[in-house]
Amino acid sequence: MSDDDGKARPPGFGFETRAIHAGARPDPTTGARNTPIFQTTSYVFDDVDHAADLFNLQTFGFIYSRLTNPTVSVLEERIANLEDGRAAVCAASGHAAQFLTFFTLLGPGDEFVASRNLYGGSITQFGLSFKKLGWTCHFVDPTDPENFRRALTPKCKAIFLEILANPGGIVVDVEPVAAIAREAGIPLIVDNTMATPYLCRPFEWGADIVVHSTTKFLSGHGTSVGGAVVESGRFDWAQNDKFPCMTQPEPAYHGLTFYETFGDFGFTTKARAVALRDFGPTLSPANAFYTITGIETLHLRMERHVQNAQAVAEFLEGHPAVAGVSYAGLPSSPYHDLARKYLPRGPGSVFTCRLKGGFEAGVRLVESVELFSHLANIGDTRSLILHPASTTHRQLSPEQQVAAGAGPDVVRLSIGLETADDLLRDLDRGLAATTTGK
Amino acid sequence: MTDATPVSTPLAYDDADLRGILKSVRTIAMVGLSPKWVRPSNFAAKYLQGKGYRVIPVNPGVAGKEILGETVYASLKEIPGRFEMVDIFRSSEAAGPITDAAIALKEEKGIQVIWMQLGVRNDDAAARAEAAGLTVVMDRCPKIEYGRLFGELGWGGVNSGIISSKRPGPRP
Repeated sequence: MSDDDGKARPPGFGFETRAIHAGARPDPTTGARNTPIFQTTSYVFDDVDHAADLFNLQTFGFIYSRLTNPTVSVLEERIANLEDGRAAVCAASGHAAQFLTFFTLLGPGDEFVASRNLYGGSITQFGLSFKKLGWTCHFVDPTDPENFRRALTPKCKAIFLEILANPGGIVVDVEPVAAIAREAGIPLIVDNTMATPYLCRPFEWGADIVVHSTTKFLSGHGTSVGGAVVESGRFDWAQNDKFPCMTQPEPAYHGLTFYETFGDFGFTTKARAVALRDFGPTLSPANAFYTITGIETLHLRMERHVQNAQAVAEFLEGHPAVAGVSYAGLPSSPYHDLARKYLPRGPGSVFTCRLKGGFEAGVRLVESVELFSHLANIGDTRSLILHPASTTHRQLSPEQQVAAGAGPDVVRLSIGLETADDLLRDLDRGLAATTTGK
Repeated sequence: MTDATPVSTPLAYDDADLRGILKSVRTIAMVGLSPKWVRPSNFAAKYLQGKGYRVIPVNPGVAGKEILGETVYASLKEIPGRFEMVDIFRSSEAAGPITDAAIALKEEKGIQVIWMQLGVRNDDAAARAEAAGLTVVMDRCPKIEYGRLFGELGWGGVNSGIISSKRPGPRP
């Protein structure tokens, strides 16, 4: 037998190599080197027995692109690899990834604890839409890790946080929160969208599940909406009776017990085989392709994102129209030390600044800049600007807005990859308009 | 039982060694193979059959019946032919005496490999088997390792850890 089918090498390929290669070998049939877009809904079965094996999850293979698709699989393996996780399942968006995660974990009446410093859409999803499914989220101030412990109830099945919070520039001290989750026998879920695995790998700090909106830095070019759920493979679902979803026969899958059958990739297998199958928020192969291509330059882009963000943050901090800048890369940030611990390569490129001119100045600035794009995404090659109180966070109460770091005077920036001086000039011009009224 | 080692320090196996085992072995005696199709052992056996392995069931509770088209035997000793690998789908404690039985039968049956399933680990038994010249793998599933090493596991989004710019070659 030839031994050319993946030579065994010790673990230890660098991040950059894995960002380009993980999950993607040349196509076995054609030799195509880049991952093809498998634009197909379905896959032929060898025979009836093969079909039965596939439907029963007895063998690995493709049935229907709602569940698995070869292009999407490459992206899943790549993200799992970069996070140093065991397995991943992709979804149509970051919100869909969160839904798959919680649908797999929770039943009606179950609860979880989440940081209150989250993307505004997540606060709405957890606090309002999940309530309709019988799931209760207790939000806590994440700046004191003990707040998570205090909010736990016997019905809580998970703790959720964004390690680098959107939009407030807050870095959560994730290590003690992981210890609290471990003591409670529940998984810690970390949204790593803002940091990406290049800047932070939450599994190294005790997280059990990582979720992503791949729409942001992973895809990186503002082209493709997507999401991912990654499991570390280290959570023991059988340590208590909180997770019948993993340890009891699953009626939606002819009595299969997922943890026993799939072991350390049982969670993502269940999320795929039940939640993704039955609700269908699937990532398209084309979007997976764009995201794979984006990830191949993740390391280069994140370096420059962080470098430009630092330059812009320092500029704004010294600007007379600005009341404060919440970038953890600034020594003035209360999260500077946590950022150095958890994000030593830099705390991302999304942050906020408060304007002395309040709500009106925020509106004026976003409407005055020329180079910054006024829109509601982050993690693009382009620099983006937003006034959360009038857009992403407008569904929240004023108290929730302030708590989420999105008060009326706050402007959110996502710093792109343009020439840094051009960004400074554009902001300077926009800020002048907030004071002159022109 | 004191023979079983709690699964504590992770075991590390070289990919080339595991690939070598899966390429050389053709017949596997699976101890603890369940007749119920929804059990993990049945999944693994059916998958391995599909990859061309012969899987001989050992399960005293259903000896004389058939599982996946193969006659079930009560013990390794009662299997008439030769088999290169013993795959143990039993508890870590039970893996001890099963390993000893395999050591005693290694010449007669041609046994070369003792493979203990995911979650099954018995360091003392492994040491005895290795001293007798057998290769031992513990706390792994041959189905999962086959899928991982020969490019199928990634189809389910699992991190295979394999990086290569070579076109995947023929499978064993």
